[in-house]
Amino acid sequence: MSTYAYYPGCSGLGTSREYDTSTRAVCRALGLTLADIPDWSCCGSTPAHTVDHTLSSALAARNLAQAEDLDASALITPCPSCLTNLKMAVHRMRDRDFRDRVNKLLDRPVRRDLPVKSVLQVLVEDVGPEELASRLPDKPLAGLKLAPYYGCIMNRPPEVMQFDDPEHPTAMDRLMLALGADVVPFPLKVECCGASFGVPRKDITARLSGKLLETAMDLGAHAMVTACPLCQMNLDLRQDQAASALGRKFQMPVFYYTQLMAVALRLPQNVIGLNKLCVSPHIAFAAMRKARAEAGRRDPSFSEEVA
Amino acid sequence: MKIGVFICHCGSNIAGTVDTAQVARTALEFPDVAFATDTMYACSEPGQEAIVQAIKDHGLDGVVVSSCTPLMHEPTFRRTVERAGLNRFMFEMANIREHVSWIGKDTEANTRKAAELTRMAVEKLRRNMPLFAKQFEVNKRVLVVGGGVAGIQAALDCADGGREVVLVERESTIGGKMAKLDKTFPTVDCSSCVLGPKMVDVAQHPKITVHALSEIEDVKGFVGNFEIAIRRKAAYVDWAKCTGCGLCMEKCPSRKSLDRFNEGVGTTTAINIPFPQAIPKKAVIDPAFCLKLTKDKCGVCAKICPTQAIDFKQQEALFTEQVGAVIAATGYDLFDISKYGEYGAGKLPDVITGLQYERLLSASGPTGGHVQRPSDGREPKTVVFVQCVGSRDKSVDRPYCSGFCCMYTAKQVILTRDHIPDSTSYVFYMDIRAPGKMYDEFTRRAMEEYGARYVRGRVAMIYPKGDKYVVRGADTLMGTQVEVEADLVVLAAGAEASQGAGKLAEKLRISYDKYGFFLESHPKLRPVETNTAGVYLAGSCQGPKDIPASVAQGSAAAAKVLALFSKDKLENDPMIAAVDIRRCVGCGKCIQVCPFKAIKEVDFRGEPKAEVIETVCQGCGLCTATCPQGAIQLAHFTDNQILAEVNALCLA
Repeated sequence: MSTYAYYPGCSGLGTSREYDTSTRAVCRALGLTLADIPDWSCCGSTPAHTVDHTLSSALAARNLAQAEDLDASALITPCPSCLTNLKMAVHRMRDRDFRDRVNKLLDRPVRRDLPVKSVLQVLVEDVGPEELASRLPDKPLAGLKLAPYYGCIMNRPPEVMQFDDPEHPTAMDRLMLALGADVVPFPLKVECCGASFGVPRKDITARLSGKLLETAMDLGAHAMVTACPLCQMNLDLRQDQAASALGRKFQMPVFYYTQLMAVALRLPQNVIGLNKLCVSPHIAFAAMRKARAEAGRRDPSFSEEVA
Repeated sequence: MKIGVFICHCGSNIAGTVDTAQVARTALEFPDVAFATDTMYACSEPGQEAIVQAIKDHGLDGVVVSSCTPLMHEPTFRRTVERAGLNRFMFEMANIREHVSWIGKDTEANTRKAAELTRMAVEKLRRNMPLFAKQFEVNKRVLVVGGGVAGIQAALDCADGGREVVLVERESTIGGKMAKLDKTFPTVDCSSCVLGPKMVDVAQHPKITVHALSEIEDVKGFVGNFEIAIRRKAAYVDWAKCTGCGLCMEKCPSRKSLDRFNEGVGTTTAINIPFPQAIPKKAVIDPAFCLKLTKDKCGVCAKICPTQAIDFKQQEALFTEQVGAVIAATGYDLFDISKYGEYGAGKLPDVITGLQYERLLSASGPTGGHVQRPSDGREPKTVVFVQCVGSRDKSVDRPYCSGFCCMYTAKQVILTRDHIPDSTSYVFYMDIRAPGKMYDEFTRRAMEEYGARYVRGRVAMIYPKGDKYVVRGADTLMGTQVEVEADLVVLAAGAEASQGAGKLAEKLRISYDKYGFFLESHPKLRPVETNTAGVYLAGSCQGPKDIPASVAQGSAAAAKVLALFSKDKLENDPMIAAVDIRRCVGCGKCIQVCPFKAIKEVDFRGEPKAEVIETVCQGCGLCTATCPQGAIQLAHFTDNQILAEVNALCLA
């Protein structure tokens, strides 16, 4: 399989280290070769594009240029925010004038049109849920009920992201189903979690994230599963704030989808990084085992596996 | 040859940017032009009289009028020259309005181009020949395609006018969408009570033959002499024997069959009569659900049918009807609401279409007229109506307004309050479009007397919460976001072209727009005619329409047919192809390209030659462009005439 230029993004080295390590491990296990982009730099994140589109695109585009020597088929990143900046830069640079302005700012101009994709897109399109399911005939996550949450920018705006349904994405759902998990019909898949308002107005983030947690809980989910470092942080780290904002008690583990894939693929604990999560993930696995035991009582063929 | 040239001002339409007097002076220098003048309105009565007078005074053999598009006034001026004693084909028209004055502002350039177009017309006219139409018999039977209210009205009016009518309906009963409605706006009178008697009239009229469960397979021929191939689908019931007693429905064990008449709300039996007032009232077996046809079990209906009408081996049948005119009245289909994924439409059981809600309101519907949620049968207390679902939305490629949804939503709001007095209705709308007679008063009544809460804004998403549904939208008048917890959500699904409309249009050789609606001949002045002679339109197949407009069009189309049939003989168009037998090499290429099958191979002294069937040829010219020998020429558009026009332009 071909090589992918890998852009971890800054949170991958900090708050979402477990997302980065589990992503790398899952890709390796599934035969995808990741090559780190030499001397990669900040994508511009939230602040840059609010100030200047050319400068912001230059920040993102520098990484595209740095990746050109890797002979990769695509540049991939786990972080939706990095993905947006990188894809938006590519999108805007289709305009020749804009491209020239950006290239003028760069020591090394962008020459190739390297496709930019999320790790999620590559896992779904280049590996595929069917292949994943065939590797895991024992359905390791059977009994686990998950609420998949994609966040607001993974698939939007659709003309830039060009992946999955912008309002009803299913990529992560399909991967989780391939692992044997159940997926609840979570209606708020692309709602706002509050994003970076957690810094200036944590009341807003608490309310918005609380609504997501509440809906997932009411649907009977054992855990939520995300693909975004910021969403994960808001839902996991701020669960107590959300609870006091809504006057409800939550104990909802919030996983990265790559962590669950790594669990299912039985990869080493140190790369999965379940110990990095704030809300104990064991609540979810306990619920999963209980559900399996119940299913086993109804269907004896199931009970062997529980044992 | 003496030619007269008339340059029309069309008021200021042409004269505003074309020096018409100068064009007339230039025209006088063209060969054979004996007279040229400009005229204020060539099509007006004095304008036409001036042409007649000029023909007489100057002994003209032909006339060129440079004015508007020939689509509008070529027939007018042909009649004018005919009045003055010339053959109607000794006339040419140059379009200096649409092709010149309306598209350019430079008077000098416009004047030059107008003169060049006029020169082309003169050069063509110099080579024109008098042509004479042939007469042919008219078959005075009419085919009506579609048995909705528009088709029913058209059929009844034609039959009352004394003409035999063949009514073809795709479903097993006529009635169309109107038969599914509970009440109609703005009078709130019972839909089946007004439609039912008309359906009975159709059944009992001695001049109307109804072919239900049938579709048009093929159309041959031309105005006055169509041959229609009709495919009748298998009903698995011999309708000659079926009395419509309904005993089979009582005994059929396959009770989970899709109820198409009830729009999938509730289920029906595999053998069924769609509704009590069905015309014809005959049973049909749905082969997808019948146990005998799917698993070769059961067969209860065949055992209990008192007239032995059940025939599991029945095949579809193909037969033909000869008619002289066709009225297309194929109606519309509802927009597929599942395209709005964010509304959960098609997935959430209590998010339904307006037509499904009609069935819930109807006393003859699956709930006996009690409004119940499809999911749990509970009576809804909060009902949210969402308008413009599949209308006025470019994102789903439906930019047009479906026209009647504002009104049916207002009606459903009123009926909801009547059925459930302690209920609250919300309506999310973009604008209220109620331009009919008593329509705006009606929508106001829904708001003011029935307390419906109208919220101006689009709905962003609908999702389940417990056993309710959260409807989130914008209130653009308040500038806020709104969330309503609803028990039932009714989507006012818009109208789209009936399934298969495009294919039927191609069989009838009529045009349709990019959405599949049939194109009328002129949007204002020929609303029920098509560009194919003898084919007319009625109802929503031409564009979304409410009941009064559909009925009016049904009658209008019938009037057109009766006018056509008032003549015993019709004249053909003499602008058809003819074969020069000396140049024809019998290659047969023309036979292959002719879309009307109007050319046949004949034997001429042992050699194959092409021959044009004059009554079938439509004068499209494909054969003349294909013929390698130039042996087929289209009268009035011969190679010589077209080349003369090209030369006139190039030499100018």
